[in-house]
Amino acid sequence: MMIKATDLTKTYQMGPNEIRALINVSLSIEAGEYVAIIGPSGSGKSTLMNVLGGLDRPDSGRYFFDGEDVLAMNDDALAAFRGSKIGFVFQSFQLLPRLSARLNIELPLVYAGMVPGERRRRAEAMLVKVGLGQRGDSRPSQLSGGQQQRVAIARALASEPRLMLCDEPTGALDQKTGREILDLLEALNRQGSTVLMVTHDLQIASRARRIIEMRDGAVIRDGAPQ
Amino acid sequence: MIRTSDLFWSAVNAITAHPMRSSLTSLGVLIGVAAVIAITSVGLGAQSSVTSAISGLGSNLLIVTSGAARGGGVRLASGTGSPLTETDLQALARNLDATVSGSVRGQAQVVAEGTNWNTQIEGVTANYLVTRDLKIAEGRDFEDSEIVSRRKVVILGATVTKELFGSADPIGQRVRISNTPFEVIGVLAKRGQAGFGMDQDDIVLAPIGPVRSRVVGRRLRSSAVSQIFIKASSSDALEALESDAKEILRETRRVREGSEDNFSVQNMASILEAGRSATQTFTLLLGAVAAVSLLVGGIGIMNIMLVAVTERTREIGLRKAIGARSRDILVQFTLEAVLVSSLGGFWGLLVGISGAWALAQFGGWPTTIPVWAAPVSLLFSSVVGVIFGALPAWRAAQLHPVEALRRD
Repeated sequence: MMIKATDLTKTYQMGPNEIRALINVSLSIEAGEYVAIIGPSGSGKSTLMNVLGGLDRPDSGRYFFDGEDVLAMNDDALAAFRGSKIGFVFQSFQLLPRLSARLNIELPLVYAGMVPGERRRRAEAMLVKVGLGQRGDSRPSQLSGGQQQRVAIARALASEPRLMLCDEPTGALDQKTGREILDLLEALNRQGSTVLMVTHDLQIASRARRIIEMRDGAVIRDGAPQ
Repeated sequence: MIRTSDLFWSAVNAITAHPMRSSLTSLGVLIGVAAVIAITSVGLGAQSSVTSAISGLGSNLLIVTSGAARGGGVRLASGTGSPLTETDLQALARNLDATVSGSVRGQAQVVAEGTNWNTQIEGVTANYLVTRDLKIAEGRDFEDSEIVSRRKVVILGATVTKELFGSADPIGQRVRISNTPFEVIGVLAKRGQAGFGMDQDDIVLAPIGPVRSRVVGRRLRSSAVSQIFIKASSSDALEALESDAKEILRETRRVREGSEDNFSVQNMASILEAGRSATQTFTLLLGAVAAVSLLVGGIGIMNIMLVAVTERTREIGLRKAIGARSRDILVQFTLEAVLVSSLGGFWGLLVGISGAWALAQFGGWPTTIPVWAAPVSLLFSSVVGVIFGALPAWRAAQLHPVEALRRD
C-alpha cells in the first residue's frame, strides 16, 4: 500500500467561522492507481490533496506513505519528501516566468542537489516525454496554455516521483487542450506513474479508474466510476 | 540538498531580472560607501598634513621663546617680553643632556649677480641644523669657529638657490644681504611645502652674529636670541627635558619664587598630538555622518526586498512545493540582498577612491586613501545586505506553501 491515511481531520478558522475541511477521512491508494477526487468547492478535496502531498498538516489522524510516517517528519524532512516522492501539477501551471521551460523542469532537481549536466539531460528527456522536445529554451510566456501545462507535468515528473498530484490540471485550458493533457496523464499512468487528480468536473473524473467523492469534509463515495 | 553554486546563480538571476530596480537599490549603498571613503580620505589627508606641518618644525623638539610683555596688567603676545639671550642658551646647553641651538630671524633682500630675492634670513648658532632636522644637499654646514668669529657665510634653502642661481652651482658664489657680502658654503636639502602653504625652502641661514647686527638691526640687544631649540635624543626624554629646561631658565632669568615664567617652552610632541587628535575627531564625526547614509542605503534594500517577497510569493510557494526547505528560501533571499548590497559596495569603493583622487587633483585637498578602504567597504556592504535582507528573507522563508501558492 503506497498511501494509507486514517482519520485525517483539519479545521480552518476563517473569520468567525470554523471550517471543517476534513472530518475523519481515511483512504488507501495503491501504487499505479489513477484516482480522481471530486466534489464541489469547499468539500475539502484540495485540503486532502495538500495533506497527502505534504504541503499541509492535518490536526489529527495518521498518514503513512510507503510505510513512512509522514506526519512525524519535521519541516525539512517534509520538504525532502515533497521533492522526492511527490510531483505537483497545478491548475495555474506555476511556472517561473524568468526561467526557460528546461530550467523550470530542472528546478526540483536543483533542490535535490543534482549536478547541472545530469539535470539538463533529465529535463531534456522529460521534455520529449511530454511532447515538447524542441521547446526547451522557450520562456513560459512564449508557450500556449497547453504547452505550459505540459512543461509543468514534465517538472512534476523530473524527480521521478512516486505520486503525481494534479489539482484541476485542465481547469485553465480549453476542452480540446484539456483532453490532450488528460491523455498525457493517462499515458503516464499506463507507464507506471500513480496519478491522483482533484477536479470538480465529473466528465473528467469519469476517465479515472477510481473516484473518491467528497462533500463537507468527508468521503461520501469511493469506487470505480458508474 | 541544494548546491551552493545553484543558490548563488538563482540569486544572480533574480537580480538581473530587474536591472533597473537592482541598480537603484544598490545606489543607496554605493553613495554611502563612496561618502565614507571620500570623507575618511580627506580626514586622513588633513591629519597627515597637520602632522607634517608640525613635525616639519622638527621632532622631539622643545622651542623656547621669551614670555609675554606686561604693562599695567595687560599681557602682550608671547615673545614680546624681555628677550632670551646667549646666556640662557649657554646655560641650557651646559646643563641639559640635549642638543641646543638658537636663532634670530629677519626678512631681507638677497642680491646675487644680476638678480635678487626677498626671503627670510635665519641667524643661527652652532647645532642649528641638527636641532631642526635640516640636511645639507650640497656644500657643508657651518663650522663652530665660523659662528664664533661671525664669518659672513650662508647656507641657502632650495627655493632661494633656484631663484638666485637657477641651475648654476652656487657654492663659493657671493650674495649680498643688507649690503654685506656673504659667501655661499652650502645648500639645504629640499623639504617641500609645510601645511598652511608655507614654503620651508624659502630661507637663508647665516651665523647669528652678522644677522643680528646687519639684518635684524638695532631692535635687538647684542646677545639676544629670539628662539632656542632643544632637541631630545628620544621622545621619552622630552617631558623631563621640558621641566629641567624651565628650571634652568627660571634661574638664569631670575624669576622669583611664585611668579610666572618670563619665557615659554613649547613641546612640539604635545602640539603634534593635539593637532592629530583634533583632525581625528573631525574625521570620525564626518565619517559617522557618511555612515548614516549607508544605513539609509540598507533601509532601501530592505524595502525593495520586502516588495520582492510579496511579488514572488507564489514563486516561494512553488519552490517549497517542489522540495525547497525554509532554510533554502532564507539563504536565497538573503543572498540576493547581499549581492545587491555588495555590488553597491564595490562601485562605491571605486567612486569613493576616484572622488578622493579628484579632490586631491582638482581641489588641491590633501587626501590619503586608507588601505583598509577596499576590504572594509566590501565586508561592510555585505554585512548591510545580511542585516537588512534578514527580515524580508525570514518572511519569505516563513510563508506557508499552500497559502503562498494560492496568492495572486
